[in-house]
Amino acid sequence: MMDSPRTAVSNPPVQPMESNLTERDLVRRSATSELPPPERQLTPVAKLIDVSKCIGCKACQSACVEWNDTHPGIGENVGYYTNPHDLTEDMFTLMRFTEWVNPETDNLEWLIRKDGCMHCADPGCLKACPAPGAIVQYSNGIVDFVHENCIGCGYCIKGCPFNIPRISKVDHRAYKCTLCSDRVAVGQGPACAKACPTQAIVFGTKEDMKKHAEHRIADLKSRGYTNAGLYDPPGVGGTHVMYVLHHNDKPHIYSDLPDDPKISAVVQAWKGVTKYTGLAAMGLVAAGALLHGVFGRANRVQPEDEESAERLVDSAGGRREDA
Amino acid sequence: MTKASELEPEDAIHRGPPVTVDRYGPGKRINHWITASSLILLALSGLAMFHPSLFFLTGLFGGGQNTRMLHPWIGVVLFFSFYIFFFQLWKANLFTRADMGWFTGIRDVIGGHEDRLPEMGKYNAGQKVIFWAMALLIVALIITGVIIWDQYFNSYTSIETKRFAVLAHAVAAVLIICVFIVHVYAAFWTRGTFRAMTKGSVTGGWAWRHHRKWLKDLAGRGRIDPAE
Amino acid sequence: MTNSWTDIKNTDLVVVMGGNAAEAHPCGFKWVTEAKATRGAKLIVVDPRYTRTASVSDYYAPIRQGTDIAFLNGVMKYCIDNDKVQWEYMKAFTNASYMVKDGFGYQDGLFTGYDAEKRDYDKSTWDYVLGDDGFVVTDPTLQHPRCVWNLLKAHLAPYTPEMVERICGTPKDKFLKVAEMISECSSPTKTMTSMYALGWTQHSSGSQNIRAMAMLQLILGNIGVRGGGMNALRGHSNIQGLTDLGLMSHLLTGYLTMPTEKDVDFTTYMSTRQFKPLRPGQTSYWQNYRKFMVSFQKAMWGDAARIDNDWGFNYLSKLDVPAYDVLRVFELMYAGKVNGYICQGFNPLLAFPNRDKNTKALSNLKWLVTMDPLDTETARFWENHGDFNPVDTASIQTEVFQLPTTCFAEEEGSLTNSGRWLQWHWAGGTPPGEAKHDTYIIAQIFLRMKEMYQNEGGAFPDPILNLSWDYADPNEPTPEELAKEINGRALTDLMDPADPMKVQVAAGKQILNFSQLRDDGSTMCGCWIYSGNFNEQGNNMARRDNNDPDDTGAYLGWSFAWPLNRRTLYNRASADLQGKPWDPSRKLLEWDGTKWTGYDVPDIAPTAKPDEIGPFIMNQEGTARLFSRGLMRDGPFPAHMEPFESPVANVFNPKMRGNPVSRVFQTDVAQMGLSDEFPYAATSYRLTEHFHYWTKHNRVNSALQPEFFVEISEELAEEKNIENGGWVRVWSKRGSVKAKAVVTKRIRPLMCDGKPVHVVGIPLHWGFTGSAKKGLGPNSLAPFVGDANIETPEYKAFLVNIEPSTAPEEATV
Repeated sequence: MMDSPRTAVSNPPVQPMESNLTERDLVRRSATSELPPPERQLTPVAKLIDVSKCIGCKACQSACVEWNDTHPGIGENVGYYTNPHDLTEDMFTLMRFTEWVNPETDNLEWLIRKDGCMHCADPGCLKACPAPGAIVQYSNGIVDFVHENCIGCGYCIKGCPFNIPRISKVDHRAYKCTLCSDRVAVGQGPACAKACPTQAIVFGTKEDMKKHAEHRIADLKSRGYTNAGLYDPPGVGGTHVMYVLHHNDKPHIYSDLPDDPKISAVVQAWKGVTKYTGLAAMGLVAAGALLHGVFGRANRVQPEDEESAERLVDSAGGRREDA
Repeated sequence: MTKASELEPEDAIHRGPPVTVDRYGPGKRINHWITASSLILLALSGLAMFHPSLFFLTGLFGGGQNTRMLHPWIGVVLFFSFYIFFFQLWKANLFTRADMGWFTGIRDVIGGHEDRLPEMGKYNAGQKVIFWAMALLIVALIITGVIIWDQYFNSYTSIETKRFAVLAHAVAAVLIICVFIVHVYAAFWTRGTFRAMTKGSVTGGWAWRHHRKWLKDLAGRGRIDPAE
Repeated sequence: MTNSWTDIKNTDLVVVMGGNAAEAHPCGFKWVTEAKATRGAKLIVVDPRYTRTASVSDYYAPIRQGTDIAFLNGVMKYCIDNDKVQWEYMKAFTNASYMVKDGFGYQDGLFTGYDAEKRDYDKSTWDYVLGDDGFVVTDPTLQHPRCVWNLLKAHLAPYTPEMVERICGTPKDKFLKVAEMISECSSPTKTMTSMYALGWTQHSSGSQNIRAMAMLQLILGNIGVRGGGMNALRGHSNIQGLTDLGLMSHLLTGYLTMPTEKDVDFTTYMSTRQFKPLRPGQTSYWQNYRKFMVSFQKAMWGDAARIDNDWGFNYLSKLDVPAYDVLRVFELMYAGKVNGYICQGFNPLLAFPNRDKNTKALSNLKWLVTMDPLDTETARFWENHGDFNPVDTASIQTEVFQLPTTCFAEEEGSLTNSGRWLQWHWAGGTPPGEAKHDTYIIAQIFLRMKEMYQNEGGAFPDPILNLSWDYADPNEPTPEELAKEINGRALTDLMDPADPMKVQVAAGKQILNFSQLRDDGSTMCGCWIYSGNFNEQGNNMARRDNNDPDDTGAYLGWSFAWPLNRRTLYNRASADLQGKPWDPSRKLLEWDGTKWTGYDVPDIAPTAKPDEIGPFIMNQEGTARLFSRGLMRDGPFPAHMEPFESPVANVFNPKMRGNPVSRVFQTDVAQMGLSDEFPYAATSYRLTEHFHYWTKHNRVNSALQPEFFVEISEELAEEKNIENGGWVRVWSKRGSVKAKAVVTKRIRPLMCDGKPVHVVGIPLHWGFTGSAKKGLGPNSLAPFVGDANIETPEYKAFLVNIEPSTAPEEATV
């Protein structure tokens, strides 16, 4: 059997299968310094979202809800097609709709982007996470949340350059797209890709997805989208969810997709220098006190101090303060 | 003679021998210990979430979820208990000219040669530094803490603000822990100090040695038990 | 669909006009993206709104709703003027060269013979000149001014790009760009497909919208070829099956027609349905009508349908009006002339226009039976839901019986998709609670009625008592039994016509397909066009072979397509007069000298010579009709007609309102609004998140699109001081709704005849039962008038007004 499915379209075997994604395949584990190196390297996988093929039907959202058995609430209309209005702990993926008038052509373009976890090669959420094993990264690139280890601190939200994780108000654990790790583990592609009617969402090895994207980009260029390109941002080491964008020169027009996402410098400082210098500072102060305590002389009250005090008190008499 | 404000209402001298001096009333002592235990719990729970090697400390609180849930509430307790304290003590902690002498004679402070220093009021300059450091850091911690208290306040600030807040919170926490260590060690090193926060009083000799001006002021203002 | 969903991948140009395929048919739309991705096909969208389909289009042009005929006539004119016609195809396969009677003409927006009193045409001049031989006189040179081609050119003359802009509001440059892109497909090696849906049908001139595009496709040579065709995207998974199986009041199965009062006996009935060829040697397949009809009667009444009782002809009811379409039935109900109604899988309270009228009509019933898997609004029409159903419950005396039925996933059977594929499906779950299959419920009603007729007699019990009910369990016929009955079987041994000594089909065996049907009572067949679906080879609808030799998209081994497993109708037209494919790279059929070979089942006798027999065998002409004679009530050519409620007057005849021959009930005349009171052009539509009024019962769909809204342009919002996401009230002459406002750049005001026309878009998915937020819909507002030919309600173009408002109120109790 192949280590990862190569497509979400074909039907996988129906007999029960052992999970093919295990602890052995972890390359990173949150708040864990000594992770044994994985015994094997899985083929990196990727989901490719072709924005130019997407019709915004929300089948991906529906499939995501069904597969993950979440229960998004029934909200209200606030003037947009984006529903729910944001990612939630019950909605791991979301079609975001933007009405954009192309200044070059003066034509309206309705940009529809499927938002969700990008599965960064350098995951900010995992870096920020303080709970050992709450966020893991498999050697095939999937970044997954292990809910039983999650403490609900929300640090992953701060670490994420894409504003993806959400904390449940019910069980106080963080949720996001898992790239259907539970499906991938048994040879099936993600539910959203399976459901996508126009194959705007495709799934396979990252290499294949890049090749597929090349064809799509060539097609878009032939239709006048000269800046069409692949969104695989290097600032986070590349991602395992990639976009084909017709306007790859300005990703931000797609509902604020970051132009050049990076783990925030503030988060880097917090999880880097602060962590180490902080521990060192506290250690030094404690050690200094300890050394002084052991080697220095205690500051003791001397008998003459007591005597001096007695003399003072005696001489002072009993005058009243207000006298 | 110092202003009455540097004395506190419950401060009073009891004739000896041995002479004792009331330093903290029961309210202040209870408050101090609430603050102190909160700070310790906060340090433990905070450190658990600060560095992976200390995550095991979550075990003290019944696991990571509970640690995450309890930490901010303890912070709220600390904030209020400290600030009750703050408003009682802040006047006595205003810096005076004499404090300069303490700072310039810091070697003598560490060496225990207080006779070479100016006479100190109720609080010496070091204690005042601790007081104001605590006051400022706790404000910083409560503000940044609320910003990153996602359970209730997630929607009020942007993620970028939260990132700065979480960094500031960590830095402030490191500093307050350092201040806390200094505070505890100073109390330990300056023997005879702990009883001020247990019994509420110190010996006359302790007051004479460390806070002579305070003692003299009390005596001068007749805050002494009437002669028998 | 003339073609199939899978065939769309073969196209070069997709024109989505009168539909929103990406939104309403997202799964089928995959074949458009396939054509774009693999063939470099282009997609054009012409729509009043910038739709989800437009979001993936190569070119979008706006149009005012209800003006598609003017646009398409303009495109036809452009193609003809610019020599963008596939001449050889058009000359050979259409009636362009046929001579038309002298009296026929067109003036002031009307064809010859209009009678304003009757709202009808005398169509006697709308016909061909017949020669002494009984065949149509033609002018193959296309020179004669009275030949169809020249009459068409004259008819199209006014539809200049300027006129199109004036009527449709489509900027001239955008129109010309679309026309140019379309005209390229006149090349024999370039094809265009038309994908349309209710955006064309739900107009008072709906049938003519479709005709106009069909004519354009004929001129371009795009009918019967791979990647071409007229592709009606059906709005329900099985609505194609509904019409195929004769669920319309004027139809029997397989498009056999109901007799009318004039058809006093079977001979009279047949006399108007013989369809003799109008050109020498042509097939005119409807000549077989009698075989299909007799076999149908045998399926209905078995041995009781005999030659001596006209095959039970009198068991059929006879129409006293053209049709008992839904509008007429509700009109009669409203007038108190209908007192019982069985509503099976239908939610008319939300589906039919003028909801207020529907509510009053239902309130006039003595009893109402609903059969539905869902708790429909119709079943609860008597329940007060505040602004969402403001009825006085106490005043309604209708007794309602709600019979819960199974849904598609809980039952076995076939669904007929838009591409005419009969796809068998199997039950995926067991029915919940008391839900029963529709077949069980209908059987129970029938058996009880039969018993009553048996015991109590009646004026004419014979059709009920003699109805063939030959099922293993009379209480619940199985889908397989019904499918076999639809296919038909031999009632006696059928002898081979070529060899009278040989038994072709033994008595009791399933016939192979409708070619074996007889008119002597020796065969029975429930629906002739479906015949072949379940023959002695087994259940062909259950076939799942997805082999597709040479990737033609035909998939002949997958399910069964009517007729005869043919995937592309008129596929003979994919080859020229020598039988060579117009486009060798897209061969469908080819004449090998003795017979037709290729990838599809030929739509012509396999040995019919290419230069003799025309591809359009269902027509008496053997050709396709650019001039439709008297077959359509509103004209042999499509002419621009405004909607009944239009913001601008008809430029050809300002006094003309709507379709001049559409039926308008007297009670509805007063309920038509004018543009001074209702200045905005409303249209209704679906959203991809929902399917009609069903999926609002599903929490997932409801979460994805929770609440009723209307869409307006930023310009109108500013003019009316309407906030995005705020509440608005929209009202027409017939009703009022409150909705959230979605203010969008996707709708822009159109300049029509010198004045701006604002469009108000009203999606249709909300009601007062289910999981989603309670809401109203366009049927509270739309007019009670339909297409002149088929009575499809004019949902896509009517007038409203709009203002900022407050939230609607729920019922207080």
